[in-house]
Order: sequence, then structure tokens, then C-alpha cells
Amino acid sequence: MKKNWWKVVAVVFVLYTIIAGFLFNVPAQPILHETIRNLYFHVPMWFSMMTILFVSLWHSIKYLNKSNIESDIVASQAAHTGMLVGFLGLITGSIWARYTWGAWWVADTKLNGAAITMLIYLAYFVLRGSIDEEQKRARISAVYNIFAYVMLVVFLMILPRMNDSLHPGNGGNPGFNKYDLDSTMRMVFYPAVIGWILLTVWIFTLRVRLEKVRRKLIYND
Amino acid sequence: MTGLFDQIKYLIAKEIKLEMRNKYALSGILLYVVSTIFVSYLSFKSIVTPSVWNALFWIILLFASINAVAKSFMNETKGKLLYLYTLASPQAVILSKIIYNSLLLTVLSALCLLVYSIFVGNLIQDYPLFLLTLLLGSFGFSSLLTMVSAIASKSNNNFTLMAILSFPIMMPLLMVLIKLSKNAIDGLEHWDLNYLLVLVFINVIIIALSFVLFRYLWRE
Repeated sequence: MKKNWWKVVAVVFVLYTIIAGFLFNVPAQPILHETIRNLYFHVPMWFSMMTILFVSLWHSIKYLNKSNIESDIVASQAAHTGMLVGFLGLITGSIWARYTWGAWWVADTKLNGAAITMLIYLAYFVLRGSIDEEQKRARISAVYNIFAYVMLVVFLMILPRMNDSLHPGNGGNPGFNKYDLDSTMRMVFYPAVIGWILLTVWIFTLRVRLEKVRRKLIYND
Repeated sequence: MTGLFDQIKYLIAKEIKLEMRNKYALSGILLYVVSTIFVSYLSFKSIVTPSVWNALFWIILLFASINAVAKSFMNETKGKLLYLYTLASPQAVILSKIIYNSLLLTVLSALCLLVYSIFVGNLIQDYPLFLLTLLLGSFGFSSLLTMVSAIASKSNNNFTLMAILSFPIMMPLLMVLIKLSKNAIDGLEHWDLNYLLVLVFINVIIIALSFVLFRYLWRE
């Protein structure tokens, strides 16, 4: 139990987010109205995704240094978990866009960035699938993971400067920090971010354990 | 072979010699550009909208570049690569391939621009900027695609993989290139130095990454 206190924190914070997120008062904003509550679910997804993808990158670098196959398992499972929260972020964002901008998908820099992230990591999985030999697959996909992550960061840094954006925090639109996120929202938003990130990490550790068990079963047969 | 520069020099000479020996590969890729442009000419007739002209030009060049660079590692047999590894350092191999491919892509993009202006029309107002963009673009395409080609050649179905691996990570480069060449077409009074700097910056990052990461790719 001593080692697992953070799982308790994750559950408590996420439960608190769901209950408080739907029940607490939110400031009345012209277009957003009640959809502003989506802030507690949509934004933490992207924070969780970037965190877990950074874990994936870190273990890919570690693999290239030490050639320990365990790092490869961790890196690939982290990427899988990152895709899971990424898709959840896309879905929540899409629903939010439908009710505020009037369309499921708009040509916007932030949305394009999200789509490119998805494409990069789906390509990473296809690359992994197309190499049979284990050590070779680990090495080649680690190289691609590092290469792609750096290009992704460049992309996310450059694109927002090139175009205007509808998305809050870009192209002259105020981010939520400016005035929308008042102190009651902060009281839910920060626990929400911590809770979702911890929950994502938990899912990721479970995936890693499951994959290790699966490998053991395969090699014992 | 001794220093890095000597190795690179020899390896580039080797690439050019091999290319000259079987010219069909080079003429094949040049013909690819010409026929793609002819197809778009027949479908579009002439293009007068700058943004469409620009987008079509870069899409043609993108596909042609992928085809041109894809073969740079796939054509190497295992024995030939092994022999190469005993002679040269990995850094020399990747840098020589990148330099050779950028020469190839520069020729390719020059031909593309020429044929494209003859058939589809020419809307460029600021030639120095456009040519500079084209040069930096060829260099960036070549370094990125060379690295991706090295990755893809290690897999089983390498040609499909080449496209799906390179498209998403090429986006930052392509967006900056399209923006810059649009400026050149519109003939803006002042050059947007920020974009040029970003373009150079992307090129430097790609080459630095290839320099560091390639040695993990080639050892079997």
C-alpha cells in the first residue's frame, strides 16, 4: 500500500473531477456556456499524452544506450497509452468544437498538430509491426521514435506562430488563464490535471506488466 | 581511408559513379517529374490562382523527392553495406548520402520548376527568394528522406513505409516551404527572415539528429 498511494490519489482526484466538474459553479461565458466544463476533461488529456509520450521517448533513448529489451517494451506501451489518451482528447475536443465553433473538425493549427501526432505514432506502430526480429525492431523503432518526437516538437512550436487559430491561447485568443479560469475552476482544474496524468501512468504500468506476462507465456510454450 | 572529409568525398564520388553507371534510375526519376507535371497540365490546363499553383508544385516535388531518395538505402545489398561498414564511419556514410541526395534533389527541383513553368504557367515574382527556398527545401527534403529511407529499408515492406513514416514528420518543413514560396510568388517587398531562419534551423536539427542516430541504424 505504501508504494501505491499515488493510485489512491489518482482515483480520488478523478472522482472529484467528475463530481465537482459537473456540479460546481462555472462562470457564465457567452459562447461557451456550460461546455466550459469540458476543460476538466479535454485539456488534461493532452497534458497526459505529452507526459506519457515523453516517457516513451526517454525509454527509447535508454534502449539505444543499454540495448535492454525491457526499455523497448516500456517505450512501445507508453506510446500505446499516449494514443489512447490522444484519441480521448480528440473526441472530447471534437464534441466541444461542435458546440462552440459549429463543426466537428475545423482547419486549425492546434487540431492539425493533434492529427499529425496521431499519424506519427500510428506510423510508429506500423513500423514496429513490419520488423520481425526483436532486437532489430527495438532499435529501429527507437530511432524513429526519437526522430519523430523532435520533429513533432518543432511542428508544435512553429505552426502556432504561422497561422491564426480559433483555439484558446493562440492567435490572439485569450487562454483560459487570462480571465475565464476563475478560482473555483482552478480548484477543479489542477486536481483534474494531476488525477488524469496519474491515471494515465497507472494504465501504462498495467500495460507494461501485461506485456511482460504475455512475453513470458510465449517464451515458456 | 582517413579523415571524415576524405571519407565523405570518396563516398560521394562513389555514389555519382554508380548513378552514372546505370542511368536508367536517374532518367526514370526525371521522367517521373515530367510526366506528373504533364498529367497535372492536362487536368488543370493553366493555373492562375497563386495558392493552387504553389500547393501543386510542392506536392509534385514532394512525391518526386520521395521516389528519388527512397532507393538510396533500398538498393544497397547486405554484402555491399557490410563492406562499406568496414571502410567508413557511419557519420561519413549518412552525410555523404545526404549531400549526394541534395545534389540530386536540386537538379530535380530545377527541372521541376522549368517544366512546370512551361506547361502550367509561372506566377513567381521574387525569383531570388523562390530559388533560395527551393535550394533549402531540396536540402531539407534530402536530409529527412535519407534518414527515413535508412529506417524504412530495415523493414519488410519498405516502400509503403517510406511514405507513411515521412509524411507526418515532413509537415513542419513543408509548411514553412509553402509559406516562403507563397511570399516569393506574391513578391512581398521585404523578405520574411524569421521563416528563412526557421527553415535553416529545421535543416540543422535534422542533420544533427541523423548524425547522432544513424550509427544505431546500420549495425546489424
